[in-house]
Amino acid sequence: MAELVTLSSLAVGASAVLREFPKQGVAFLRLREMGLLPGTTLTLVRTAPLGDPIEIKVRGYNLTLRKSEADHIRVELK
Amino acid sequence: MNTVPKHISAATPSRSPVYALVGNPNCGKSTLFNALTGLKQKVGNYPGVTVERKIGTAYTQHGHPLTIIDLPGTYSLAARSPDEAVTRDVLLGRRADTAMPDRIVCVVDATNLERNLYLVHQILDLGRPVILVLNMMDVAEELGLRIHTSRLEHILGIPVISCAASSGRGVIELKLALSRLDLPLSRHAWDVPVAIAAAVSELQASLQDSDNKPPLIARAEALLLLTDSDRVRVAGSTPLSNRTHDILAQWEKRWSAESTDWAAELVNARYDSIGRLTAEIVSTESTSPIGPSTSDRIDSWVTHPVWGWLIFGVIMGAMFLSIFTLAGIPMGWIENLVGALSGRVSGLIAPGDFHDLVIDGAIAGVEGVIIFLPQIMILFLFIGLLESTGYMARAAFIMDRLMSKVGLNGRSFIPLLGSYACAIPGIMAARTIEQPKDRLVTILVAPFMSCSARLPVYLLLIAALVPNEQVPVGLKIGIMLLMYALGTFGAFGFAWFFKKTLLRSSPPLMIMELPPYRLPRIRDVLQQMIERAGIFVKRAGTIILGLSIVLWFLATYPKSSADLPQQEQLAHSFAGQAGHALEPVIAPLGFDWRIGIGLINSFAAREVFNSAMGVIFAVEDTGDEGTTRLHLRDALRAAERPDGTKLFTPLICLNLMVFYVFAMQCISTIAVVKRETNSWKWPLFQLGYMTGFAWTLCLIVYQVGHALGY
Repeated sequence: MAELVTLSSLAVGASAVLREFPKQGVAFLRLREMGLLPGTTLTLVRTAPLGDPIEIKVRGYNLTLRKSEADHIRVELK
Repeated sequence: MNTVPKHISAATPSRSPVYALVGNPNCGKSTLFNALTGLKQKVGNYPGVTVERKIGTAYTQHGHPLTIIDLPGTYSLAARSPDEAVTRDVLLGRRADTAMPDRIVCVVDATNLERNLYLVHQILDLGRPVILVLNMMDVAEELGLRIHTSRLEHILGIPVISCAASSGRGVIELKLALSRLDLPLSRHAWDVPVAIAAAVSELQASLQDSDNKPPLIARAEALLLLTDSDRVRVAGSTPLSNRTHDILAQWEKRWSAESTDWAAELVNARYDSIGRLTAEIVSTESTSPIGPSTSDRIDSWVTHPVWGWLIFGVIMGAMFLSIFTLAGIPMGWIENLVGALSGRVSGLIAPGDFHDLVIDGAIAGVEGVIIFLPQIMILFLFIGLLESTGYMARAAFIMDRLMSKVGLNGRSFIPLLGSYACAIPGIMAARTIEQPKDRLVTILVAPFMSCSARLPVYLLLIAALVPNEQVPVGLKIGIMLLMYALGTFGAFGFAWFFKKTLLRSSPPLMIMELPPYRLPRIRDVLQQMIERAGIFVKRAGTIILGLSIVLWFLATYPKSSADLPQQEQLAHSFAGQAGHALEPVIAPLGFDWRIGIGLINSFAAREVFNSAMGVIFAVEDTGDEGTTRLHLRDALRAAERPDGTKLFTPLICLNLMVFYVFAMQCISTIAVVKRETNSWKWPLFQLGYMTGFAWTLCLIVYQVGHALGY
């Protein structure tokens, strides 16, 4: 398996496959329910002008989340 | 199907069926609701919570009425906010104030099928007749998505309507489906993962036995408990039995020990099932290039580090100027109209107490309500346009970092900005903030923003403060800006403080969809604007009217003999007596009873301070605002205390301005906070903490200033 990096460290425009996801926390449950599951492919679209939050494309729609959440999500670069 | 209890079976209901309308945010649900019900909508509140309850009436093709409850949009039945908890509770029949809907209309965004079907998947578990509406089919077709609705209908066994609500396509077909006497139950089946199946059965049994739930609802609720854990509870929702809670707790403990991620098991199983479903019904005719979409191209400008701020500044500037200045035009019309009406009515009633009650009490009170409508409507016009085009989410996206520094999120920006014009529309705009605590904090600090009613008071006091005309105009502007800055710092400081203490919550989430840009649906925007205005008049307006009549009464009675000059009349009224009574409290701030009368009268609207001072110091109203203010300024400069010293020293003028920056002195704000928080607790708290803070700060300013010899 390739090396895992955090979602927040992804470069703009990079695609990755989600691998590890925290079990606990309301935020992560909601992200899961919105379709961020291990194995899901996502793309980092951009970061906000002040660097936070970030915008990703997943399952055909655009979603924002803060870096504080993205720090805990580990992805595998494509 | 003998497990299906009678009241949720597909048989013909004896009365006209009640439909619930559910769907993800941004799926076009409101447009569809408006298309189905037109103007036959009633907006109220769910008792005990600040969640809006929208119920509309649609008609079948035979003209029979159908009730449709528009439930708050959500991505999942596992609730994260009070709005979502209401959707969950109504669908599960947990609310005593709302009967469980007979049938459910589930709206999904066809361009975004997988994520939207997650909610549908949960709803099909409820075992009630469902109509599935695939909305935005026109956009999906443009994107090259081909959705085989007949195949989907066959697999799920329920009516599937292909629709484009913005152009009206599919609305007739939906009405036909709604009119059906019988609707089939879904035959969609999916496997509960082995790891959690035993727990689901046990919870279901407990929900049936201890909570008296019908079997299918009990199963749906058991499944839901695994992802919801019943954490978000709202008033009006029936609690679950201890036994069910105990079983859930035991399982959670056991799974934690085994390191089974039960919520993930469930969500994954649902998405697996959805994945198999979409594989069968969606085919992509992807001839369209995979390059950036139009939305992506717009966003590269709108969220650009330079252009993004410029666009944001221009839009917010236009919005602010519109409520600050443009609204003045219709407000002038209202004043003229009410003036003409007063003149007419005045001639019809003989002079006396009744005449004064009608003219100065009732008609002036009504004017005090409708005068807010232009600002409210313009702000909600902008909000509606920004929401329906998709820009609102972008504004929150770029502002989030700044607002999160005080613990709020990007959505608090517009309510606070709007409050510089007037706190009433600003506070009403706070309902676009999802998280209840963030919404409340925003409402609590919004009146610190210096509103347009404070402007005349600042102008008068600055004129009285600055000794003569040779002083550079920059100083006057500087003092004015200082007052605006003080209020702004106050708002952000208290927001930070409340988020750290009283309304502490986990840092607000910023998990938000950025929907594709769309052309605004003017009809929906206008309907929302008029609805907001109507709610304001009905709910807040009645309180404002009542309170302003009380204020008028206090400033008019008891009447002394008619030949006394006006200032004596006011001094002897209840308000005047209150000013005297207040003197011991405000004397440490350097204010006397005459200023006290001004403070009390300001509750009608802060600018009334000026006219109250005019009455007290017997300044003639010349009819021209500028000239009157000059006369008033001279009167204030001349005013003396009983010991012959000046009353309005520079220190007092400054201190009075500081008081106006921070004190809560506006009955209309109190009324609207009552309406928006659904209780008297918060407006009274706000009155107390803001005025208390103003008093303390003014005490320090005056005592320090006085000690320094000013």
